[in-house]
Amino acid sequence: MEQLIQQLVNGVSLGSIYALIALGYTMVYGIVKLINFAHGDVFMVGAFIGFYSITVLDLGFLPSLLLAMTTCAIFGVLIERIAYKPLRNATRIAALITAIGVSLFIEYGMIYVRGAQPEAYPNNVVSIKSFEVFGIKISGQSLLILAVSIVLMILLQFIVHKTKIGKAMRAVSHDMDAAKLMGINVNNTISATFAIGSALAGAAGVVFGMYYTKIDPLMGIIPGLKAFVAAVLGGIGIIPGAMVGGLVLGVIESLVSAAGFSLWRDGVAFVVLILILIFRPSGLFGKNVKEKV
Amino acid sequence: MAAGTPLLKVENAGIRFGGLKAVSGVNLELRQGELAGLIGPNGAGKTTFFNLLTGVYVPTEGSISLVGEKLNGLAPYKITKKGISRTFQNIRLFSDMTVLDNVKVAYHSLARHSILSSIFRLPSHFKGEMEMEEKAIEFLKIFKLDHVLHEKAKNLPYGQQRRLEIARALAAKPKLLLLDEPAAGMNPQETEDLMNLIALIREKFELTILLIEHDMNLVMGVCERIYVLDHGQLIAEGTPEQIRNNPKVIEAYLGEEVS
Amino acid sequence: MNVLKQAKGFWFTIVLAAIFFVVMQFLINGEFLNPFYVNTLYTIGINIILAVSLHLVIGITGQFSIGHAGFLAVGAYVSAIITMKLGLPFPVALLAGGVVAAIAGIIIGIPTLRLRGDYLAIATLGFGEIMRILFLNIEYVGGASGMTVSHLITWPWLFGCVLATIIVIVNFTNSTHGRACISIRENEIAADAMGINTTYYKVMAFVIGAFFAGVAGGLHAHNFYIIQPTNFSFLKSFDILILVVLGGLGSMSGSVIAAVLLTIITAFLANYPELRMVIYSLVLIVVMLFRPQGLMGTKEITAFLKMSKAAKGGAQDGSRHTVA
Repeated sequence: MEQLIQQLVNGVSLGSIYALIALGYTMVYGIVKLINFAHGDVFMVGAFIGFYSITVLDLGFLPSLLLAMTTCAIFGVLIERIAYKPLRNATRIAALITAIGVSLFIEYGMIYVRGAQPEAYPNNVVSIKSFEVFGIKISGQSLLILAVSIVLMILLQFIVHKTKIGKAMRAVSHDMDAAKLMGINVNNTISATFAIGSALAGAAGVVFGMYYTKIDPLMGIIPGLKAFVAAVLGGIGIIPGAMVGGLVLGVIESLVSAAGFSLWRDGVAFVVLILILIFRPSGLFGKNVKEKV
Repeated sequence: MAAGTPLLKVENAGIRFGGLKAVSGVNLELRQGELAGLIGPNGAGKTTFFNLLTGVYVPTEGSISLVGEKLNGLAPYKITKKGISRTFQNIRLFSDMTVLDNVKVAYHSLARHSILSSIFRLPSHFKGEMEMEEKAIEFLKIFKLDHVLHEKAKNLPYGQQRRLEIARALAAKPKLLLLDEPAAGMNPQETEDLMNLIALIREKFELTILLIEHDMNLVMGVCERIYVLDHGQLIAEGTPEQIRNNPKVIEAYLGEEVS
Repeated sequence: MNVLKQAKGFWFTIVLAAIFFVVMQFLINGEFLNPFYVNTLYTIGINIILAVSLHLVIGITGQFSIGHAGFLAVGAYVSAIITMKLGLPFPVALLAGGVVAAIAGIIIGIPTLRLRGDYLAIATLGFGEIMRILFLNIEYVGGASGMTVSHLITWPWLFGCVLATIIVIVNFTNSTHGRACISIRENEIAADAMGINTTYYKVMAFVIGAFFAGVAGGLHAHNFYIIQPTNFSFLKSFDILILVVLGGLGSMSGSVIAAVLLTIITAFLANYPELRMVIYSLVLIVVMLFRPQGLMGTKEITAFLKMSKAAKGGAQDGSRHTVA
């Protein structure tokens, strides 16, 4: 029983990382209908920026987190402006292939520049003691992850629902042409979406580094794919869906590991993905939309 | 089949999307050889009704049958094989294929040579493909498209694209042809030509035709019977003369213009 | 007319291929080619099979599958089991690899091909990964450390498989069945309305593609001495995808040309794998931005030949007959 709850706590920590990444996927998909394959690599870049600002610049956790988020936001906007914007009216396949190209470019560009060797986050950045609740040990790290994720998600909800740019984002994702006619600057809105999504991915990168310690240039691939699964699970384009999808996926994976099938863990996410796509392609929170004939 | 027996029988058919009744309680009978029109204000559910007939949507109520055979729930390609073929409001040609190949696709369900015979280039493949090609060329002559056989469909002028779409629908050997706004975007001369073409093919192929059209001249000119759809319900049916004077129809149209 | 012309071209190609085969066989037997070149030649052949088989799924039928490496893995492992564990001959292994991959294609294709566009892409990617993880967890085939396989590949077998793949896929494409697939790519709703059983043809294209990917897997396994699950990750699927996209979606000769060129470039950049990936990804992005239809567009190389012939003959309507 204790073991199980312990695993649930791990699952929630992992799930909130997935959720942070999934938010970016879902926001971008919602607004430009593009699976931004490079999103997982923005997460990786965030982890490295966090690492260097802690070890080289000697910054604390919070400044490092903010630095990683800001840099990733700018990076995300650059990706959008350079690679995706010219393709806004191209076929979906062309856009998807470009996204794959950008993803490979970031991964191998990173390896080319700094080598493929992994780095380890120092484990004395934040000192939160682990403590026990009803005999269950909860590590300070997982609390930290949870706290960061919750704060960021509340912030995101605030931005999307209470600010002008949030309203513009919702309008553009609903109907880009109509939004344009209503005087919304579509280009800036899309850039803002990429910026916010990438900042969240950057934060996830830093938090991931703190929790799992080891980071490397190809670390973004698998969490990126799984975060995408989480986004699909929750209903792609739906922000609360991505949060719930991330948490659900994290918990499922931890339970599978706990049951002794840790080698199958990576497979489970894809099984979930395929089941969802076949039985409820619009996701847990989505509505069915049919092509107009 | 003798003229006058019902070809298409629609009983109480309808579909709802969630809470919205897009089409409901439609009763309609088309006799063999009839040329009927379906009119109605924008958003009345005309195209949705076509989608019900062709299996793109499955009716949530009522039944649709062709020559006594029930069509509800059949996949679109099966309904096409049973004898209903259509064109689309916004042209849906195979735009990167040649004119000839567009028509050949419609002949596909008549082909008897198997995948294996094609892969191994057995005599039955050559025979089947030759027959198909000859038939398609003959067919395109009727539509005066035989001079552009090897042109890609997307490179044709608009009027020819419309004609090709009708030709392709007819190549599938339908008993009932559904035309969704065939004259949309055409100039008066092209519309005139189209009306003649419709009259010609109906004669030549002993077809039953149901067409959706906004151009009142065309509808009143060629159709023998007209059905009027408004808010997903059939509000009137009759000869062009009867429809022209039907107060409900006038209200539906005028009401639309006010809103 | 058209049909007869096709038949003539077909026999002409066969004769050319036979000459090429004999010349290469002579060069290999006489050891005029060093092992590096021979190995590159084999890899080119395998990549042509992979590219052409994926071309049928993506380029012809328009179904965006990015899990092709999964079928490659199935073919590789099944054929390795046949030769290494069961001791049966190599040709049997190739055939078995293809057949089992095709069965996997049916199992995966039927549920996933109902999906469209992005969703199909991501589902096939998922299936490809599931297959890799499956092999990772089977102790019988060595788990993560993989399986050693004898080097049984020979030029005649390789050449035969490449030729068979190309002939089957060209013949399929240039028939009413191929046209049915193209019509799905062009407009699925209209294809359905014209009486095409779209599910059947999508699955059929997928299964034929999977079969040849499986055969390629058999050749791959018996060329590289060892197979491991990591060889078949989705990065491998991307590699195959790149060939098809750069060659031009819808052009088989484009896929072949891309497979030849990129394999040669890869062979020469073998010592700089990162640089290779940086260049590939840049090329991919630049091509999508400036020439999204790829090297050849949907045209086949025969179209260009006909065009130049027509230009020489001065025929006014020459360009009209460039039927791809």
